[in-house]
Amino acid sequence: MKDFLDAYSWINIHYLLQGLWITVAVSVVSIIGSYILGSILGIIRYVNIKVVSPVIGLFIDIIRNLPLLLIIFFTYFGLPNLGFRPSSVWATIFAMTIFESTMIAEIVRSGIVAVDPGQMEGARANGLTYGQALYHIILPQAMKKMIPALVSQFISLIKDTSLATIIVLPDLMHNAQIVYGQNSTYILPMFLMIAIMYFIVCYALSVLSRSLERRMG
Amino acid sequence: MIAIFHNYGSLLLQGFGQTLLCSVIALVFSLIIGSMFAIFETTPIKALRVIARIYIEVFRNIPLLVITMFFFVVIPMFITKINGFTAGTIGLTIYTSAFIAETVRSGIQSVDPGQMEGARANGLSFWQAMRYIVLPQAFRYVIPPLGNQFINLVKNSSVLAFVAGFDLMYQGNVIASDSLNTMSTYICIGILYLIITLPLSYWMRYLEKKLA
Repeated sequence: MKDFLDAYSWINIHYLLQGLWITVAVSVVSIIGSYILGSILGIIRYVNIKVVSPVIGLFIDIIRNLPLLLIIFFTYFGLPNLGFRPSSVWATIFAMTIFESTMIAEIVRSGIVAVDPGQMEGARANGLTYGQALYHIILPQAMKKMIPALVSQFISLIKDTSLATIIVLPDLMHNAQIVYGQNSTYILPMFLMIAIMYFIVCYALSVLSRSLERRMG
Repeated sequence: MIAIFHNYGSLLLQGFGQTLLCSVIALVFSLIIGSMFAIFETTPIKALRVIARIYIEVFRNIPLLVITMFFFVVIPMFITKINGFTAGTIGLTIYTSAFIAETVRSGIQSVDPGQMEGARANGLSFWQAMRYIVLPQAFRYVIPPLGNQFINLVKNSSVLAFVAGFDLMYQGNVIASDSLNTMSTYICIGILYLIITLPLSYWMRYLEKKLA
């Protein structure tokens, strides 16, 4: 019991919260980046432009079938070979954005495919151009179908930021390791605390998604 | 790149084998545990439903790395020493089983409830009806999502690199620091991962189209 009280001193908790802040900040930037990039990639793959779409499709399939950890290593240790040396924060954001945008591209594409093709035909028959029909008719309907998959992707993004500990991103996992590295009696309390912190962030997001679904559905 | 394959062939092969081995072990156990919790969630017994719900929500919302490190760092302090490979495989099993439970549960719920009622009306017990009537139909729906879980499992097995599990990613780091050619090494590792995941992912897409 005393171990727990010592481990949860304000200094340690404050240090963990700093880590949580880095985790959340990196996640938010990556979520925004990968949502934008992923939507663009997914739409390009769907609309079937000559040459461009197959190339992008291949890129998506390759990246999404690799482990995120490999992409993080590649950005942090591989890119310096090409003369580009990102900091650990930017390397994480870059790796996460590239990896997650290919996952989101697949979600967006299958969301669009799931919309009744009659919607597109109807819109075209009513005089809308292909682009207008896609933007005003298809995408809003696809969006509704995509929400659960998108949110669970964002949740796994938040959890996966913990992998960047290995390139010394000062995130929640990393800071916890620093704290329990000083005193081995802190190990169990630290693990419980970071599990709770990750849980709260991820669970809150999944509750939010469920209420969003209800309101839109 | 060819030089990497040539000079470090045995290390790469060993890592490839370990990655495949731990993925298959974790898949088998997480299928068993996941299906068990999925059935718990659909039983009429409230206590079982609550237990299953808690298990799934807890392990779906905690990073795999935290679970794995827990088994690698905390368990040896209190219970028994376990090596990195075992800790990683246990972590993967627990993490993946929560996702598989969700997948199988939605499969069970997509089976017409009349099937269960009909089976019960014909004198089968709940477990018999589940085993012989509902689950065989549910598994048909869940094969593509389960395949995707297996792909995720193979990719997630790279977490073994954190706990010295001698998997592909771990050997990749060893080779990268030995050969000093990080770019080519990671490309080789990537190719080896794609050999497992890419065919699976195309196969699952084909099955999804066929079953839809």
